[in-house]
Amino acid sequence: MKFNRKEYQALYQKASPSSPSLRNVPAAFVTGGVICALGQALKTVFLAAGLEDQAAGTAVSCALIFLGVALTAARLFEKLAKWAGAGTLVPITGFANAIAAPAMEFKTEGFVLGTCVKMFSIAGPVLTFGISASVIYGVLFWLLGGAA
Amino acid sequence: MIYLKAFLAGGLICALSQILIDRTRLTPARILSAYVVLGVALTGLGVWEPVVRFAGCGATVPLMGFGYAMAQGVKSAVAESGLLGAFTGGLTATAGGVAAAVLFSLLAAVFFSAGDRS
Repeated sequence: MKFNRKEYQALYQKASPSSPSLRNVPAAFVTGGVICALGQALKTVFLAAGLEDQAAGTAVSCALIFLGVALTAARLFEKLAKWAGAGTLVPITGFANAIAAPAMEFKTEGFVLGTCVKMFSIAGPVLTFGISASVIYGVLFWLLGGAA
Repeated sequence: MIYLKAFLAGGLICALSQILIDRTRLTPARILSAYVVLGVALTGLGVWEPVVRFAGCGATVPLMGFGYAMAQGVKSAVAESGLLGAFTGGLTATAGGVAAAVLFSLLAAVFFSAGDRS
């Protein structure tokens, strides 16, 4: 069987899972909201434990990242993400999953060239763009006299 | 009440992202990268700080919060050590999260496997 581009596109559209926004969007809202509220609760705990505001923020990130990786390792993240979509992707748990999932999946291609290389397949671009943007912002801030 | 505000703000960001994903088929790598850059830009423009003050973790837990932390880090590092701070501030402020994500993922890969994905 041969398809031209248009026929293939139509076939692809038909075969792709439909994403009914009516169900997806509320699911993303609730899940994302719950994760952020959980983060806030963790922050209250860390502040009560005597951490300063910024340190408490970092601790919250670490805790949520641990949760994201643990759920990925237990193969629960995948199921949750199927339902919650952006609700689990956009919070920092999604960043954790984006590193943990390929790290586990590509173990079969070797520890160095599989796990260690592929774990950055999504985090790599995120860090590259993030670092570059922050340096550019820093240079602008410096030029505008922020160092004073 | 800060928990409700965090829930509403975080939920709203995720709901809007879901609409974006459904409409555009953007891949996660692109969305996450865009959000980090957006976080840096909005913080630089002074827009994100008030959102953080209002919504707390509702604004810092989504990936824009990663960009927010980088921009804040750069700002205080530049104030402290000048131009060098532009290079050190972003990673310093987010070092905890990045290190945690890398180490935990490495451990997960050592002790668990992804299993059959069929």
